[in-house]
Amino acid sequence: MQKLNGKELGSLFLTFAKVGVMTFGGGYAMLPILQREVVENKGWVSNEELADYFAIGQCTPGVIAVNTATFIGQKRGGVIGGIVATLGVVFPSLIIIMLLAGIITSFSHLTWMQHAFGGIRVCVCVLIFNAVLKLWKGAVKDIWALLIFLGVFAASVLTDLSPVIYVLLAGTAGIVIGLLKNPMKKGAGPS
Amino acid sequence: MIYLNLFYEFFKTGLFAVGGGLATLPFLYDMADRTGWFSSSQLADMLAVSESTPGPIGVNMATYVGFTIRGIPGALVATLGLVTPSVIVILIVAAFLKSFRDNRFVNAGFYGLRPASTAMVASAGISVVALALLQVDQFHATGALADLINWKGVALAAVLLVLTRWVKPTKGLHPILFILASAVVGVVFQF
Repeated sequence: MQKLNGKELGSLFLTFAKVGVMTFGGGYAMLPILQREVVENKGWVSNEELADYFAIGQCTPGVIAVNTATFIGQKRGGVIGGIVATLGVVFPSLIIIMLLAGIITSFSHLTWMQHAFGGIRVCVCVLIFNAVLKLWKGAVKDIWALLIFLGVFAASVLTDLSPVIYVLLAGTAGIVIGLLKNPMKKGAGPS
Repeated sequence: MIYLNLFYEFFKTGLFAVGGGLATLPFLYDMADRTGWFSSSQLADMLAVSESTPGPIGVNMATYVGFTIRGIPGALVATLGLVTPSVIVILIVAAFLKSFRDNRFVNAGFYGLRPASTAMVASAGISVVALALLQVDQFHATGALADLINWKGVALAAVLLVLTRWVKPTKGLHPILFILASAVVGVVFQF
């Protein structure tokens, strides 16, 4: 960690803006691009560090891409570096989405536009279904996890409770189950 | 005060959505229900646009929702709200990197969180299915069960499911191609 001058901060911002433009879709699409830009081109972090940051970025709150950007930025230039890298990675989204949103809003009354979005919504169903299957593989590995899945699924379909409640309850349930599984062993989390 | 509210809602989303961009979806549905700032059918369209444009999905969604509610300042406030918890959490975690990864309570907490997050995304998916594949209004008008189901939509969904999961040459293709193709099908077959 070091104090960066204006030029270095500018380079941090631009590098992450580039990563933001090239990340299409979710956080996973970002990993190969980060490897090329941040590890190979700039040498700011090693491959191992990147893998660590990415793993933590997945299990801490928030968007994975933003978490990873903050991590690398703070490694490079402390708190300011973390903030600058984050602003860089969201910058292209802000510009592109605002332009598109303006255009779509002004055409949304057209019949063909409504038909197009009718078709697109069907596609969104299928994409979400595929994403859920992918999440399922990493998340539901034993009967306890299955019970948590079923409980939260039933509750969120049937009730109007805030998702915050499920997050807090499920996190607590995970800790309780972990303690029941291996009570006194230090340092061993549930597998 | 709308901006303060907007910031608070997205801050909450950023703080509790664990596991990447799509994990923000249940929070956005909840937000639509409670605040009436936007409708759930708008949300499905925004998701399609967010998946088809550069940038992390969660950031794109926040920008789009913010823009829909209050134009450019709304987009900026929503996006800042979403990323602020990430920046704070990551800066704290970075200080205790090693002990965070090896902590059994942290691991156990995430063991419980992952199935909950999967369940919430699945439940949000069901809302999109209801929107895209069912025609509740028409069913209420005619009372005929066959009118409840949007058969054109179901047919497209079946084709997309096969293409994205089982057909070798197409299943690795980028979602944007399926979204664009669905838009064309929607226009041609008047969805």
